[in-house]
Amino acid sequence: MDGTALPRRLTWVVAEVVSSVDETRRARSIVLRCPGWPGHLAGQHIDIRLTAEDGYQAQRSYSIAAPADGEYVVITVELIEDGEVSPYLVEDLVMGDRIEVRGPIGGYFVWEPSLGGPLQLIGGGSGVVPLMAMLRARVSADSQVPVRYLSSARSLDRVLFRSELARIGRDVDGVEVLHTLTRTRPDGWDGLERRVDADMLQSHAFAVSERPTCFVCGPTPFVEAVSSALVALGHDPGRVKTERFGPTGG
Amino acid sequence: MALINRGFRRRNRVDAPPDRVPPGQYVTADFPVLSAGPTPRVRLEEWSLSVSTAAGQETRWSWEELSSLPSETITVDIHCVTKWSKLDTVWQGVSVDDLVGDMDDPGAFVLARSYGGYTTNLPTSDITGGKAWVAFGYDGEPLAAEHGGPARLLVPHLYLWKSAKWVNELQFSNSDRRGFWESYGYHDYGDPWMEQRYRGD
Repeated sequence: MDGTALPRRLTWVVAEVVSSVDETRRARSIVLRCPGWPGHLAGQHIDIRLTAEDGYQAQRSYSIAAPADGEYVVITVELIEDGEVSPYLVEDLVMGDRIEVRGPIGGYFVWEPSLGGPLQLIGGGSGVVPLMAMLRARVSADSQVPVRYLSSARSLDRVLFRSELARIGRDVDGVEVLHTLTRTRPDGWDGLERRVDADMLQSHAFAVSERPTCFVCGPTPFVEAVSSALVALGHDPGRVKTERFGPTGG
Repeated sequence: MALINRGFRRRNRVDAPPDRVPPGQYVTADFPVLSAGPTPRVRLEEWSLSVSTAAGQETRWSWEELSSLPSETITVDIHCVTKWSKLDTVWQGVSVDDLVGDMDDPGAFVLARSYGGYTTNLPTSDITGGKAWVAFGYDGEPLAAEHGGPARLLVPHLYLWKSAKWVNELQFSNSDRRGFWESYGYHDYGDPWMEQRYRGD
């Protein structure tokens, strides 16, 4: 058996919604105060459990969007049209509401400044959320690790954290932020404009020789395409960490 | 008594008999994918499956040899720890019993090892006695790489991370060594009906 430390049991705690921000028309960041929160690493997630008046319960996992900050845990949730939990979180939850959470969960798809870099972050849609936690951890720790953040979204109004990313890309040395828009582009768009492919990674991601750790998160076809392209370019599969989510859930 | 989230209600998307859906799960008609790294691509001519016992006895099957064993069609419900369940999935595979049948007492535990480095641990009694298969077909087709092809373990009575994709070794021993997700705090056993998601559940 590995390890000697007693694992902490993950118990459900009642968290309070202390604030929220609409990130786009379909996505919202929610700040939860979780009593007794033990802290977490960027990239980890929490489970949320909702209970209806008739006793029906539903659970879903959501990536944490920001590094550890005492009892505060931020999640960013994108609405899934026919979803069961995400519409409630994005549209119904109000300040002061209480929901059950447990976590943090996951220990593989994580990054902290001591793990070094370079750090190649590639996210599709709301798959950028755990990557944003890593970028925010890098910036708030004033780490010198070089980071390239590449997000893929259908259109500009679907890009999460756009203004914060613009600020980080402009002001923080060693961080490059790039967006690619796959369906529609505004006039004068000067970013990338197709799905992430091997050519794009060759031109804009860290080279194989720089031995980056790559984190890829998004819907399954996105992650399959990007991680396969990274491996085809010569990146060590052991340095390509992935997290996938299907079209269902939420 | 759990907290009530006012205004939250069930939105049934797939009708399912409640006795087939473990606690905390929802039923999906899709087949989501979950894995920690890039999908390994293994050519059938290079594929092999090794089975080794605690006593050090080892048997290896090539793809051709595995394909020549009697296979079964298995119709089962599967449950992923990420909360989705999928009912009546149809697989083609070889019973693990047929791989270990000639070995006397392989060992009390097994560590399944996969192409790409994934591992997961199970009690031997959970993969023998008609409870587990090495599956290479899904829904009448060869098993797709993203779902674990050429072949994966199928242990439908436990959460799906125990059904190691891209399996290439069943390493029996008399000590229980944690696999990949188990060492990150996921449950050692993973019974969906007991909701054993994380260690301590």
